[in-house]
Formats: sequence, structure tokens, C-alpha cells
Amino acid sequence: MPTPDSISRETDLSGIEYKWGFSTDVETELAPKGINESIVRLISKKKQEPSWMLEWRLRAFKHWEKINQNHKEPTWAKVKYPPIDYQDIYYYAAPKSMTDAPKSLDDVDPKMLETFEKLGIPINERAKLAGVAVDAVFDSVSVANTLDDQLKDLGIIFCSFNEAVKKHPDLVKKYIGSVVPYSDNFFASLNSAVFSDGSFAYIPPGVKCPIELMTYFRINTEGSGQFERTLIIADEGASVSYLEGCTAPFRKTSQLHAAVVELIALDNSEIKYSTVQNWFPGTKEGEGGVYNFVTKRGKASKNSKISWTQVETGSAITWKYPSVILQGDNSVGEFYSVAMANNYQQADTGTKMIHIGKNTKSTVVAKGISAGKGQNTYRGQIKIMPSAEGAMNHTQCDSLLIGDQCGAHTVPYIEVKNSSARLEHEASTSKVSEDQLFYLMSRGLSEEEANHMIITGWSKDVIKELPFEFALEASQLLKVSLEGAVG
Amino acid sequence: MLNIKNLKAKVIENDELILKGINLSIKKGEVHAIMGPNGSGKSTLANVLAGRPDYEITEGDVEFESKKINDLPPDERSHLGIFLAFQYPSEIPGVRSFQMLKASIDAKKDYFKEKKLSVREFSKIYDQKVKDIGIDIDLTKRSLNFGFSGGEKKKNEILQLSVLEPSLAILDETDSGLDVDALREVSEGVNSMLSKDRSFIIVTHYQRILNYITPDFVHVLVDGKIVKSGNKELALDIENNGYEKIISEVSN
Repeated sequence: MPTPDSISRETDLSGIEYKWGFSTDVETELAPKGINESIVRLISKKKQEPSWMLEWRLRAFKHWEKINQNHKEPTWAKVKYPPIDYQDIYYYAAPKSMTDAPKSLDDVDPKMLETFEKLGIPINERAKLAGVAVDAVFDSVSVANTLDDQLKDLGIIFCSFNEAVKKHPDLVKKYIGSVVPYSDNFFASLNSAVFSDGSFAYIPPGVKCPIELMTYFRINTEGSGQFERTLIIADEGASVSYLEGCTAPFRKTSQLHAAVVELIALDNSEIKYSTVQNWFPGTKEGEGGVYNFVTKRGKASKNSKISWTQVETGSAITWKYPSVILQGDNSVGEFYSVAMANNYQQADTGTKMIHIGKNTKSTVVAKGISAGKGQNTYRGQIKIMPSAEGAMNHTQCDSLLIGDQCGAHTVPYIEVKNSSARLEHEASTSKVSEDQLFYLMSRGLSEEEANHMIITGWSKDVIKELPFEFALEASQLLKVSLEGAVG
Repeated sequence: MLNIKNLKAKVIENDELILKGINLSIKKGEVHAIMGPNGSGKSTLANVLAGRPDYEITEGDVEFESKKINDLPPDERSHLGIFLAFQYPSEIPGVRSFQMLKASIDAKKDYFKEKKLSVREFSKIYDQKVKDIGIDIDLTKRSLNFGFSGGEKKKNEILQLSVLEPSLAILDETDSGLDVDALREVSEGVNSMLSKDRSFIIVTHYQRILNYITPDFVHVLVDGKIVKSGNKELALDIENNGYEKIISEVSN
């Protein structure tokens, strides 16, 4: 049995601009490092899961073991990193005070609440004022959830994944793995075996969720992998807007983050999923940072719509392709993305739009900003199946380069098996020009402000898709992430 | 208010000396026209005064309101009251003129540690100026200069001029590429800004803008130096006889 352990942490904030880099000293319960069947069993036991959940985890683990032995990790992405030692990672880290799930916010360790306060995340009465319901996830464990009675009365379920497994097993059983099967890919399999917690939302038929649902992910423990799962189900005619924010402390060692997000949009429903990803990007010299390997996918039934919007400023490595399976006739998929790679950051991100239903429509607007020695790759697949009569796709793919040591790459895959489909692909590459900078500076803007204005203007088509407060945050993040990149 | 003493400046990229000893003194409320043949350094002078980083001052001084500004960055010169209307205004996708000008005014207020205007206060001023200059309101809703016609871009520069209310406005070939109607409208905009507290430098190749805006002084720039100064008659003389006559006078 693992012994609860409190590990020491270093916090070094000197000389970096990543202001979310502080760490919180809470006692953490850790399972021993490494992954094997008994760790999977231990996690399931810690979570007091029903046996079907454990069985599912074990199947995933067996699958992962097999691919880990044979092919190992996927290597097709344009990212480079030293080999990850999967036996040198903590697969279970939980704030100790969470061992007995707190009944209310009063039972939550004040240090954790403080952490979220510091991050500007409203998880007390302010959440209500801000018009959001928040699920705060600390080291992959949901520590606070502010679902209010208004939502409960509407039959909306918004809780931690663990709670959903226990309280809404029928829903979880029915939909988990239905969009991203545990055998989907290396990282999804790993996640399926060892996921610790995450968020779950269910919007009943015909209900329009009146406020935004938000999950805020915070990595704290050093050396621990982060494996959350999110499952969102919009039942027939329902709609929901969901926000996801992420930060992590400054650490010189890299951290693995492999999450899975599944969206299920039933007939006539709509899910809007917005992400502002700001995991620690590593130091300016390229040390540390979060390795962000994420599988996000939605399945859209008849007349439904799934929209992904992401602003990716953090992580040392981003490997992420939020996708939509357009299964039902007339379903709509959207992907709006701004990805930033500064210093030594590498981003390989894009989307997959799989058109199966008739008259399905997808829109892709992907913008990549490269600065410093950053490498930014757009990788996107548009697939029109034979059944997708009248399918339409519009893809716009823009790259912005700052400096002369960064890279922008575009890798579009287009596969069309129905001749009635219409596809458009536009791409551009540009630089922030000296003329633009001088123009704005001659109007009184500092060089930094001028750059920020040019970049947010350039990213506007994506940022305007975000809910208002998030849009402001995203714009600020772009500014902070680019500090020192210019001039 | 502006004193240029033996100003020499080069293009940093290729070390080419463009301004070869300019002397010019401008008092409050005066309108000076700088004329000259292509490649004489007119636009360079305008850009050097605004602090364009492509140029380096190798000798001499630029004093503005008794302060040496040789090394000031463009944003600080703007705060102090220097405005350059560009010959080729840059296109900034996704940024509206309102947003840019609000940021300009904010930055200036910040610089002088004054209270910023609220969006509502600024809106009032902006809307009035848009009306005064006669800019199509739809144009202000589009990205800055993006897809604007030549005339629209120049009008937009004049809008910025009227919102920022500089004490020295430099118009760099504002008349180039304008048809007769646009030239008249732009000139009217400039004329409405004339005041005893505001000086103008009008850089132009042709005399025609001076039919609308009357200069107090006309200077002829040839090969990086002012070779002749006079009043508006000098501009008419150039119109009739070309620059050749002056160049040959000077070289004799």
C-alpha cells in the first residue's frame, strides 16, 4: 500500500513573467511512482468506483500496455521532446484534505480556495455574481463545485467526474468512450486507465443552460501526471456553453498532461466549448513546462452543433486536435483556434472534421503565432464520407511570424469521397511589419502595446468567439506570452 | 517650437546618407511647405522627425519645444505633440480606428499622469470629429485602413490628426494619389485644424495642395539640403518652371 507522502517543492519565480507560476503547499497523497495494474486498481479503489468502471480502466490499461510495448507513442506530430519515462510519474496525487470528500466549500482546504482566488477564479459566492458555475480541479481532483439551485431545478447535472460515476452511472456508462474509445490512441488509452477526475455535465432535453459552466484546472504537485476526463452531454434540443481554463506552477521538470474530452450533442442540441490553455510553457531556456497531449472530440447528431474555440498560449508541447464527428444530417462543426509558440514552445494543433451526415457543415479558423524559437504546426483533416451528400467545409489557416528563428507549418489533409461536397481552403503567412509597428507607435502606443494590438487584431476572428470575460483574459494572455518576443 | 540644426541622417540598412545638413526653424502657428524633386529627402525628413527607426541621426539636433528629441522613440514624440500623417498608412487587420485612437489618447494621458477618458467621454469626441471630417461612419467600423481607397486612407489620417490635436502636424505627401474632390476634402480637414498654437509641415511634390492650404513659408529640398526658401510665390514658380531652374541656380 502506498504511504501518504508530502513532498517538498521548489518555487522559483525569479525572472519569469509566468505569473501563475506559484505553487501551493498543501499536503498531498501520492501513490508510488509508475504504472501497473495494481496502481490502476488502487486509483479505482481510492475513488470508490463501481466494478464496471474498474473493468473499463483495466481494459484500457491492457490496451495501453500493448501499444506501449509495440509502437510506443505517436511520432507523427512535429514536436520534439526527450523520451518520457512512464514509470517515473505519479499517477495518483490528491490533496490530502480531499480524501474524505468535502460536503461544502467550508470543508475545502482554505489554501486551495486561496489558490483559486489568486488565479481569479470565482469559486465562492462570486461565482454566482459572475454568472458561471465553476468546477475547480486541483491536481486532477475536483475540489469545489458551485452548481446552484437554479441549475438543479432545470435538471442540469454539473459535477466532478467521480461523483457522476457514482451518482449517474447510467449516463456515464452509456457515453464514456463512445466518442473517444479507450483504444483511440496512446494518450487516450493512458488516460482511460488512470484518469483521476474531471468534469461531467448533462443538460436534459430542451433545456438551455442559462449560465456558463466552467472548469478550472490547476496542476500543483511536482512530478505528477495529470489525467482528467470531461464528458458533456447535451440531450435533444438542449444547449450549453462550457469554459475550460488551465494553469500550472513554475517547475523546471516537465509535467505530463493527457486529458480526454468527449462531447455528445444529441439531435437539435448545441455545445460550445471554449478553452483558454495556459499551462506553464517552460522557462525561456526551454526547461520544464507542461507536455499537453489531449484528445478532444465531439459527436454531433442530427441538426446539432458543436463548436470548439481555443486559445493556446501555454504548455511546452501542445498536441491537440479538437474534432467533430458530423454524424447526423445537417449537423455543424466549428473550430476556432489561436495557438502561440514562443521561446522553445512547440504546438502541433488543429482539428478533424469527419462528415458523415448529409448537408453537414464545418468551419475551421486556425491561427498560429510563432515567436522566439517557437514552432507552430497546424494539422487538420477534413474527411467527407460517401454518405455526406452536400457537405461543406471552409478552412482558413493563418500564420504570423515574429522574429526570424521561429517556424510555422501547415499540414492539411483533405479526403473527399462524395463529389457533391464543397471545400474551401485558404491559408496565409505574415509577419508583424516594421511599418505597422511604426505606424501605431507614431500614434503614441508603446512598442509592446503596438505589438499586442496588431496580434489581437489579427486573432480577432477567433477571440470574438469566446465569451466576453474569457475574451479579455485571452487577449491579456497573448500579451503576457509575447513579452520579450519582440524588439 | 521646432528647431532643426544641421541635421544629418542616414538609412541604417545601407548607410546611405539622405539628409545632409538641414536647418529649419518653425514657430508656433506657422505653415511650412517642404517641396523638392523625387529622392531629395522630403519624406525622410518627415519620418526622421517622427522617429522612424529605419533612420539614424548622424549629426545635428532636432529640438521640439526646447527639448532635444533626437533619441526619443516615436510614441514619446507623439505624446509631446508631433503627428505624422503617413504617405502610405499601414493596414491593421482586426483593429478599428476608434480602438486605436482610444489607446493613443490613453497612452498620452498615462504619459502625463492624467486621468484617462472613459469610453463614453471619448466616444463623444470621436463621433463629433468623424462628423466634422465627413468620414463615412461605416468606414470607421472596418479594420484600420484595410481595403480603404487612397482617399479614404488620407481622410482617416486627417481624422487621427483632429482627434490627437498635435502641436506639430507633418503631412507626408498627403496629396499624392488623391483626385480633385478628395484633395479638396482633405485640405478642408487640414484647414479646419489651423490654429495659432499648431504648426504644420506640408511635404509635397506638387504645388496643387498649396492652392487649398496657404503656406507661410516654402522650402525647396534638393539632395538632402534646403537650397531655397521663400513664400508661396516660390511654389508657383516651381509649378511653372519645374525644379530644374532652382537646381541650376543653386549649382551656379
